[in-house]
Amino acid sequence: MLKVTDIYKSFDEFMAVGGADLTVGEGELVAVIGPNGAGKTTLFNIITGQLKPNKGSVVFLDEDITNLPPYEICKKGIARSFQIANIFPRLSVFANIQVAVISQQGGSKRLFRPAQGIAVEETNAILESVGLLDKAGNTAGSLSHGDQRILEIAIALGNDPKLLILDEPTAGMSPEETNATMDLIRRLAESRGLTILFCEHDMDVVFGAAQSIMVMHQGRTLIQGKPQQVRENEEVMNAYLGEE
Amino acid sequence: MLSGRAASHKIAKQFYRERALLMRMMNGRSYWVLGAIFIVLLILPPVIPRFYTYIMALMFVTGLLAMSLNMVVGHGGMFQFHHAAFYGVGAYVFGLILKKTSLPFWMAFGAGPIAAAVCGLLIGSFCVRLTRLYFGMLQISLGSLLWAIVFRWYDFTGGGDGIYGIPMPSALSSAKSSYYFILIVVAISLAVIYLIFKSPFGATLLAIRDNPARCEAIGINVRRHQVAGIVIATFFAGVAGVLFVVLERSVFPDLLFWVLSLEIFIMCLLGGWFTFLGPLLGAAITVALRTFVGIYTEYWTLILGVILILLIFFLPEGVMGYVMEKFGSQRYESGDRG
Repeated sequence: MLKVTDIYKSFDEFMAVGGADLTVGEGELVAVIGPNGAGKTTLFNIITGQLKPNKGSVVFLDEDITNLPPYEICKKGIARSFQIANIFPRLSVFANIQVAVISQQGGSKRLFRPAQGIAVEETNAILESVGLLDKAGNTAGSLSHGDQRILEIAIALGNDPKLLILDEPTAGMSPEETNATMDLIRRLAESRGLTILFCEHDMDVVFGAAQSIMVMHQGRTLIQGKPQQVRENEEVMNAYLGEE
Repeated sequence: MLSGRAASHKIAKQFYRERALLMRMMNGRSYWVLGAIFIVLLILPPVIPRFYTYIMALMFVTGLLAMSLNMVVGHGGMFQFHHAAFYGVGAYVFGLILKKTSLPFWMAFGAGPIAAAVCGLLIGSFCVRLTRLYFGMLQISLGSLLWAIVFRWYDFTGGGDGIYGIPMPSALSSAKSSYYFILIVVAISLAVIYLIFKSPFGATLLAIRDNPARCEAIGINVRRHQVAGIVIATFFAGVAGVLFVVLERSVFPDLLFWVLSLEIFIMCLLGGWFTFLGPLLGAAITVALRTFVGIYTEYWTLILGVILILLIFFLPEGVMGYVMEKFGSQRYESGDRG
């Protein structure tokens, strides 16, 4: 479904990503792991168009999307959440998701129709599936950190994506919240038939959830494979032991 | 599992029904208030002195100008630093056509806002390539370029003297009739601005204000929406410019000067730029201050300055924002609270 080949990206002298490869199959739950600074977020930003790579290609559904702007990539069916809560703080929780649904339906250019009644069903369905329905009227900026992270994912769902990319969905969460969020992600993947690509540095979370794991170290892909293969890989062990 | 889902569906439905009812009631109330104000404004001119009729018409014109600016500043989050340039373009195009050609009034009336919107499209397309402060700086320089053209092109625009004695149709000859004309055009414009504000486009603009990067990630072409917002806003700035000429029968380069742009920016802050009607109120306050404090001292801007400082400390959301919070239904009249 998604094939990332030999990506290079440097900021001035610093090589953030140098030789990353990634394959995501339809319906899979794929994790990217690696220590801080391994280039996970940069790689995601390249896939979704926020950054342009110096070299390499991103192919989604047999189409080269390497140098498209973010809003076009989104229209192809890739939605994402961000590592820091990246929401619309002054809008209501409801409007946060509604605006994504409106954008998905191509209605954001409409000038003379009240927005109030548009996309209400879809938005409510998403609110319900992530459990934020009772907070629909709250201002998004007033939500707790955990809820903002959930909202972050919910906004991405508003685009009705084929592939959902989550950048450290459980960052800054308590263990209970982390478990609840991972449950939510698994449930969403099942009920919506989503393919999910996420990154994480909590090993327990990753090995518990992912079907395929890609390990990054210093901007480079060490290996991609099943959890068992990754666990037994010597290079991975060295990279992680070297850290500690 | 299924029954739980059905139950939460029910709760949600109830929640939205109640909310919709509440919104209708509030909207109903505010429509009554607006209707009452409009009627008062209709019957005022015969009973108040002519000077006040003039001042009120000026408040409407300035108010529309501030409202149009707020579409991009308060709702769009763009640093539209030279909005007056478009106001001036609208006024000049309208004035020049009436003065130098024999084209009918309504054509000139349409040409002003359209010319302003075209300038908005041209300048806006450049500006949205930059972000934040750089957007504002580029706009000041491009807008000042327009000012310089008007100021220097003496043969055509009358240079620093401007153009006086612009002929008006006889229906608009008296102060009272031009008051009514301005009132109605402003009311229609505000209604249209309100519709746009409440539309999916308006909702998208609010989202872009809050978080442009995220908007790109949910499939919104941010620049294109920003340009569209600028074009609409500059169109209404042009309408305000035309109405200014209807009121004053003259144009002068100060209409495009950056000082005026700053002033309308202040009006938005003063009235409350996260509210819908705040800028209108801010404009009314500013015009009133200039007129009535201006009688006693030419340093009326000093008073404005002091008020502004107090405002920043005590009412950071503006006068309207304060009123909404204290007495009102919603803090943001926008309904963007879901």
